[in-house]
Amino acid sequence: MENKETYWSENLRLIFICLAIWFAVSFGLGLLLVEPLNAIRLGGYKLGFWFAQQGSIYSFLALIFWYGAKMNKLDKKYHSEG
Amino acid sequence: MDELKLYTYIAVFGTFALYFGIAWWARAGSTSDFYVAGGGVTPFQNGMAIGADWMSAASFISMAGLIAFLGYGGSVFLMGWTGGYVLLAMLLAPYMRKHGKFTVPEFIFDRFYSKTARIVAVVCLIIASLTYIIGQMKGVGVAFSRFLEVDYGLGLGIGMAVVWVYAVMGGMKGITYTQIAQYCVMIFAYTIPAVFISLQLTGNPIPQLGLGSTLADGSGVYLLDKLDMVVTDLGFKEYTTANLGGTLNMFAYTISLMIGTAGLPHVIMRFFTVPSVQAARSSAGYALVCIALLYTVAPAVGAMARFNLMNTIEPAAGENLVYDERPQWFKDWEKTGLLKFEDKNGDGKIQYTADKATNEMVKVDRDIMVLANPAIANLPNWVIALVAAGGLAAALSTAAGLLLAISSSISHDLMKGVLTPDLSEKSELLAGRIVMTIAILISGYLGLNPPGFAAGTVALAFGLAASSIFPALMMGIFSKKMSGTAAIAGMCSGIGVTMLYVFQHKGIMFIPGTSFLGDMGPNWFFGISPNAFGAVGALVNFGVAFAVLKVTGPAPAHIQDMVEHMRLPGKTSAAHAH
Repeated sequence: MENKETYWSENLRLIFICLAIWFAVSFGLGLLLVEPLNAIRLGGYKLGFWFAQQGSIYSFLALIFWYGAKMNKLDKKYHSEG
Repeated sequence: MDELKLYTYIAVFGTFALYFGIAWWARAGSTSDFYVAGGGVTPFQNGMAIGADWMSAASFISMAGLIAFLGYGGSVFLMGWTGGYVLLAMLLAPYMRKHGKFTVPEFIFDRFYSKTARIVAVVCLIIASLTYIIGQMKGVGVAFSRFLEVDYGLGLGIGMAVVWVYAVMGGMKGITYTQIAQYCVMIFAYTIPAVFISLQLTGNPIPQLGLGSTLADGSGVYLLDKLDMVVTDLGFKEYTTANLGGTLNMFAYTISLMIGTAGLPHVIMRFFTVPSVQAARSSAGYALVCIALLYTVAPAVGAMARFNLMNTIEPAAGENLVYDERPQWFKDWEKTGLLKFEDKNGDGKIQYTADKATNEMVKVDRDIMVLANPAIANLPNWVIALVAAGGLAAALSTAAGLLLAISSSISHDLMKGVLTPDLSEKSELLAGRIVMTIAILISGYLGLNPPGFAAGTVALAFGLAASSIFPALMMGIFSKKMSGTAAIAGMCSGIGVTMLYVFQHKGIMFIPGTSFLGDMGPNWFFGISPNAFGAVGALVNFGVAFAVLKVTGPAPAHIQDMVEHMRLPGKTSAAHAH
């Protein structure tokens, strides 16, 4: 199949985007930028604290499902599902 | 028998009867049933099973307690133990499912065409899994002795017998369906008390929102602000900003837990049970949904437990609780030795401060927070009984998953794969069951006589998974050229560096007094604690592997073709043996 390479490189691109967001929400917003973010409030939560204990987990969830949906489309596009 | 005990018996033995019923219904008939549940578990079912498998006594009992006392620093566990699933869903699970084998060492053997690699993987797997089981067995013993007031050893024995029945009889198939039931028990047991407590404190029934709400006492003050104020007044670190050993340490700690999670064989193994690559991806998502249900509640449980504890001891500044008027739960936990009071200034009142000289709560074990929480908040007895059943479900489900990982790696990888390749399917199944029985006996023995190093081994289990298994699997999939020699060199140096670091600070084989650099902050490499060092081990692993690859040349062509095939979605057969 000559589409093999494009399929794989599109997959890699998706993974790269997802992992960049994965890194940003947890290590970025929850850890490295926690102090400046804590100046902003989300109800009773300081925003940095919220990302570390709640927001990062919700983002992980969204990422996995988004990636799964994108990949299912990609699988169909390259006719390799069945 | 009092009401609480009666309810607890009903909850605990009622759930046990349920597990037995399920195990009988889902008996294993073939090795495929036994190792991968015949490959026919739906993604949502698998998600719940992974949730139960993953969330152990540590998640259920210890984590919220840790967060309660660490505050913001406890975030490393929340992010670390969930972020690993993103890595699993994108970097490992789909490709390993596509390859379609039973065990992690088998995958490593195929990809790195080396029996040595397979044996290294088996050894890592057994060390990591046994370490974990000891903790689960201790959890079972503690839950029984506290809630049913039976002897610790007897409680442990009952737990072992229950696991034996459904794990040996049902294999992966029995374990999967029992774990689904255990997940439901666990999540109810965790969230119901949290909902009640959140409602009491903030008037909001959803704990995730309650944690960010104002107190229901009419003061209009946010719960977290009040908590920050209460703890800093007593000299503790501010709850919402308390750091855990510096930003770099938290960073490394979180990465170690994430890649350690993604590299734990008993979790990866679950992805072999689903019917397709697409299902493997969505399984990871459903698993994280199930896990997040508990993990997003945990910060609320932790903060509210700390709040209630502080409030019970000192309802208003300067008005400390009189020791003779202490509530029943206080007396109950004093009996276990996990809570200790010492009247240092002789005023008959309880002072709880951060200052060692005046603090009179000389011991508050973190592990009691979740179990004592419903009683501290004066919740009805049936809720407390439910928590007991939930704690047992968490411990039993994880123990069963680990036992299966151990038995499959011995009967399938070591016996069938290396020592006696002509083993028939029937004998392999029997061997699997015998190995599992032996593993239960060993872990029961270790639970009864916990070795002195039990506490330090958690660092080792995650360190091993993070520094050896995860990098090896990832390079196996993402670098076509990665050769067996290079991967083995990487694995060994990754493990080597991590073990050396853990041992030099925690003692060789955790024997006290042999830690030649001492277990203290100033000697830590850039302030990274031994628990967090798996991340550095993984970096070493990657570095060494690619260096060796440069020198020794790439993997043979047929292996590169195999990797190519693994990367394509294509049709997947059920996981099969050779």
